[in-house]
Amino acid sequence: MIKVLKSGFYTTIQDKGRVGFASLGVPVSGAMDSYSSGLTNHILNNSLDCAFLEITLGGCKLQFLSKTTICISGGDFSPKINNQSILLNSKISIKENDILSFGKVNFGVRCYLAVKGGILTDIKLGSRSLFKNITSNFILKSGDYLSISNLKIDLETSRTLVKVNKNHFESKVIECFKGPELEALDIHQQKILFETEFSVSKDINRMGYKLNEILENNIPSILTSAVLPGTVQLTPSGKLIVLMRDCPVTGGYPRVLHVSEESINRLSQKTTGDKFQFVLQ
Amino acid sequence: MELLLGNSHTYKPFGAKAILIEWKAIIEEAILKDILEFKDKINSQKSESYIDYSIGYNSLTIIFKDIILDFNKEVEKLQSIYTLNSTIKPVQNFLWEIPVCYDLEFGIDLEEMSQSLNLEILEIIKTHTESIYTVFFIGFLPGFLYLGGLNSKLFFDRKPNPRLNVEVGSVGIGGEQTGVYPVNSAGGWNIMGRTPINFFDLKLSNPCFAKAGDQIKFSVITKKEFLELEILVSKKSYQLFKTIIND
Repeated sequence: MIKVLKSGFYTTIQDKGRVGFASLGVPVSGAMDSYSSGLTNHILNNSLDCAFLEITLGGCKLQFLSKTTICISGGDFSPKINNQSILLNSKISIKENDILSFGKVNFGVRCYLAVKGGILTDIKLGSRSLFKNITSNFILKSGDYLSISNLKIDLETSRTLVKVNKNHFESKVIECFKGPELEALDIHQQKILFETEFSVSKDINRMGYKLNEILENNIPSILTSAVLPGTVQLTPSGKLIVLMRDCPVTGGYPRVLHVSEESINRLSQKTTGDKFQFVLQ
Repeated sequence: MELLLGNSHTYKPFGAKAILIEWKAIIEEAILKDILEFKDKINSQKSESYIDYSIGYNSLTIIFKDIILDFNKEVEKLQSIYTLNSTIKPVQNFLWEIPVCYDLEFGIDLEEMSQSLNLEILEIIKTHTESIYTVFFIGFLPGFLYLGGLNSKLFFDRKPNPRLNVEVGSVGIGGEQTGVYPVNSAGGWNIMGRTPINFFDLKLSNPCFAKAGDQIKFSVITKKEFLELEILVSKKSYQLFKTIIND
C-alpha cells in the first residue's frame, strides 16, 4: 500500500490509457509523457501495462506501507526518500514506512513513479487512468490509500541507471504531420504557422495546451468530427490548441496539424512561457 | 445516381496511426447510414490492425494499432471492405423515449428563449417534444449524444459565456443542436429542462444505452414524476421505453 500524505499540485494514476471506447465518447487518457513513463516501467522490468503515478511539478508526499522497489523518470523535482536525495531513472529499494517527497523543480513538468509490479487500483473500461466520471476520483487526494503489487522484490543486484535524455526536455522542435484541414489555410498562413515561434499559454492541462500567438484566419469550423491526442485545433480567435491525452473524442475546430507521439511527450514537459516551433515530419 | 454521389468518400492520413474517412460536409441520414454500414463491415473483419473508431456527422476515423507504413495500401484494404457485398446482419436500432421535466426550476433558460424566439414556453416545449431525433454519434463527453432533427424554429445560439457547471441530465439547445448533458460539466447550451435518465452508467456492461443510428423522443413529465423517476433510476428499477425501428 501507498498512503498519500500530501497529494501535491496534480497527481494522477495513469497507464497506457483507455483504448476502444471512443464511440461512447470516452477519452484515451494515459501518461502525458509516455516516453518517460515507459522508461520507468522498463527500468523496473515491469510489463508496459503497469499503472504508475503521474506527478506534476512535485509537491506530493507519499508513504510506502510495505517493502517494494520504485523508479522515478521524467521531470526532476529533487525526489527524496526520508529526506535523502535519490536518483532519477534508477531502481530504488524501499523499506516499510519510507517517505517519498519532492523539492526544487530542476527541469520538466511531469515525473513518473512506478513500483515493482504496478499500482493496483480498480480497472475501469480496461484502464486504471483516472478520469472524471469514469473513475471515482480524478486526482489523488491526501489520505488516499493505493494498493500496489507485492511482487517479489527484484533481487537482481546490478545497478540500472539510464542517463537523462536532456534533448527530451530542452528541444524546441515539435514534430508534426499535416492536419486534415491544413489546406484550408492559404500558403501565407501556412508559412506563418511553420515560421512562428509559439509559446505555451497559462491555459494548460491534461486535455490540451493553448498557445499564446494568434494566427489570423477566416477558415470555417467543421462539422463535428474526430480529434485525437496530438490534434492541433485552430480556433476562430486565431489561437491554437494542441490536444493532449484527456482530450474529448470529437471537436468542431479545424485540425491544422497533428503532433507526433514523440513530440506530444516532449510538449507535455513544457509549461507556461516555454517556446517551440512546429516542424513537419 | 444522386445517392451514389452523396455516398462518395475520401481518405486522409490523420497522424501516424489513424485514417480519416470523410463524406460530403452535410448532416444527412443517408450519410450516417453509409458510415454505420462501413463501420459494421470493418468490425466484422475482426482485424487486429484496427483498435478503435470514432464517428462524426460526416466522418469515420479508424484508429490503427501500429504506425501506418503504407497509407495507400491501407486505403485499398479499407476500400475493398467498403465495397464488400453486405452480408452482415444490420445492428438493431431503437427509438428511446426520454422523460424530461421542463419545469422552470430546471429549464433555467426557457424564459429567455421564449422572449428571444417570440414563442410561448408551452409552444417551445411542444415543438421540442414533437420531433424524433437521430443519434448521429457520441462525443464531447462520455455518453453525450449528438442529435439531428431539431426544428429550425428552436435554433438558438450558444451562450456567449458558458456556465461553469451545468447539472447532469440537463436538456438544452446549442445552435442547431439539442442534447442532454450526461454528467455535470461546463457548457454553453441553453437549458430547457432536466431528465432523470442516466446516459452514462459504468455499472452496466454497456455504459450508454443509445448508439449511433438510434432515435430519441422527449416526453413531458411533471416535477413530481421527475422526483419519483429519479428514485427509481437510482434503484435501477426503471426501464426506458424503447421501440424497435424497422428500417
